[in-house]
Amino acid sequence: MGVDTPSRRAARLVCAGILVLIGVAFLAPLVWLVLSCFDASAQTNVKFPDHPSLDNFRAVMNTDMLWRPLWNGLLLCGGSALITVLIATFAAYPLSRYQTRFRKPFLYTVLFATGLPITAIMVPVYGLFVRLQLVDSMPATALFLATTSLPFAIWLIKGFIDSVPISLEEASWVDGASPMQALRHIVVPLIAPGMSVVLIFTFIQAWGNFFVPFILLQSPEKLPASVTVFTFFGQYGAVAYGQLAAYSVLYSMPVVVLYLIVSRTMGGAFRFAGAAKG
Amino acid sequence: MRFRAAIAGEDLAAAAIGGPTSPRRGRAARLTRATRQLPLAPALIMLILFFLGPVLWSIYSSFTNAALTGDGAANPQWVGLDNFRRLFSDPNVTNGIWLTVVFVLGSAVIGQNLLGLAIALLMRGRNRWLRGTVGAIVVSAWVLPEVVSAFIWYAFLGQDGTLNQVTKALGIGSQDWLYSSPMLAVIIANTWRGTAFSMLVYNAALADVPLDVQEAAELDGASGWRRLWSVTLPLIRSAIVTNLMLITLQTLSVFTLIYVMTAGGPGFASSTLPVLMYQQAFKFSEVGYGTAISLLLLAIGAVFSFVYVRVLKPEA
Repeated sequence: MGVDTPSRRAARLVCAGILVLIGVAFLAPLVWLVLSCFDASAQTNVKFPDHPSLDNFRAVMNTDMLWRPLWNGLLLCGGSALITVLIATFAAYPLSRYQTRFRKPFLYTVLFATGLPITAIMVPVYGLFVRLQLVDSMPATALFLATTSLPFAIWLIKGFIDSVPISLEEASWVDGASPMQALRHIVVPLIAPGMSVVLIFTFIQAWGNFFVPFILLQSPEKLPASVTVFTFFGQYGAVAYGQLAAYSVLYSMPVVVLYLIVSRTMGGAFRFAGAAKG
Repeated sequence: MRFRAAIAGEDLAAAAIGGPTSPRRGRAARLTRATRQLPLAPALIMLILFFLGPVLWSIYSSFTNAALTGDGAANPQWVGLDNFRRLFSDPNVTNGIWLTVVFVLGSAVIGQNLLGLAIALLMRGRNRWLRGTVGAIVVSAWVLPEVVSAFIWYAFLGQDGTLNQVTKALGIGSQDWLYSSPMLAVIIANTWRGTAFSMLVYNAALADVPLDVQEAAELDGASGWRRLWSVTLPLIRSAIVTNLMLITLQTLSVFTLIYVMTAGGPGFASSTLPVLMYQQAFKFSEVGYGTAISLLLLAIGAVFSFVYVRVLKPEA
């Protein structure tokens, strides 16, 4: 860098100061969550617990409140993530490898669909579910969740397949392998890291989704944690804020861990977002 | 280039299965071509059933008086343009459109976008520790599930919440922010929640701006703001446009954060279109009318999504 003049040093100090302030502002709301989950008598105010304990965690760690909702979430989100990746890979392969006159319009439609507000179709989707008597069905809800993430997954996985040189498959075609065999034995092993990122990303999104299960599921024993935490919060007159905080921490834990796992490879996705270089 | 590879691949594949030489083989080839597209079928069926179907159904039912219970549920009547006439003369809807615009402008275009850009710019050239810590804090706000963020902000802005503790300590006095300024509350909460995305996009974009371009501008004596305005920002222009489109689309459909924090209230003071749609369809059991609102939201989203596809111009 250039010459280190006093004014330059001062400017740098100001920049660092602003950055620290932004960090503190972003941290402030989180302080309540962390302190309250250890405080059995927590309210909405920030205060260090008089008697720090794990009572809140103990209180929510039972089948009805925590374990079943987490298990439901795992079934719902794991199921939809697996369906998404499987179906998107099948769909992406012909889109990447063969030219047809439908390919381009289809791909543009898929990209267009990634932008549509899913929230907006929830009322008609509820109507459809009523008509087909699918309301309160976990498999149908998982299938719908999978559909919502399908356009983005097809788009990403097509990109991964594009980057696999076709010469590898040509060799197997000459040996008499079908395109599906080539996909399974040659392409999938090569794009497996990318597929697992899509899988985890889809899971994280579904795990945080409140609106879809809130509308499409009804029985308390079928609800995932994202909805249970809301009913739990709303049902009691005087909310047990400490337990709410503890529950929020437990419910957030899986996605935080998964995020840490994929964060290294996520850089690529943001390149994707910023990659429209004309 | 990819194109060529795909075309070449198809030629080779055609050669491998014999190629379309005789009429009989021609039919076989056409059959093979159709079979090749078969893996698309499950995706197509799902998208038609759960995406296209509901959209078409919603266009139809917004012309009826469909309801969840009662007469409207059993045999909905065709009511023509009534729902739309009602839509544009309903003060709650015009209010909802206005609130949605304020929410998107405030929390996405201004909040997340500018704050994310500012953080990414400020991070350049800072030491690794400071960069890592601030980055981790901002990202953790983004990673938490939406319901949890809503609870955190509910507590933070409440009567006894952290913000009031601070303002009381500063002698400004306290107020119930969720009641006195619900829109500001949800805008700040959504900015907090979404800024990390913009920050990550701009971090990636700025990493591609060579430092020597900046240094050259410095040698020319361009001041900090000048340099930012006429050197750095033009270089990341496409990232800015893409980011703006993406966060606008995301913010348009925010429901959970607002619903859990304020439930659209007090009154309709924070009922943006998604919340209003929910209230009409499920709280007041007017599915037809709720669907008309959701069509409005869908139309707004479709316009932005269309622009986004045009801007991105992918090599499909």
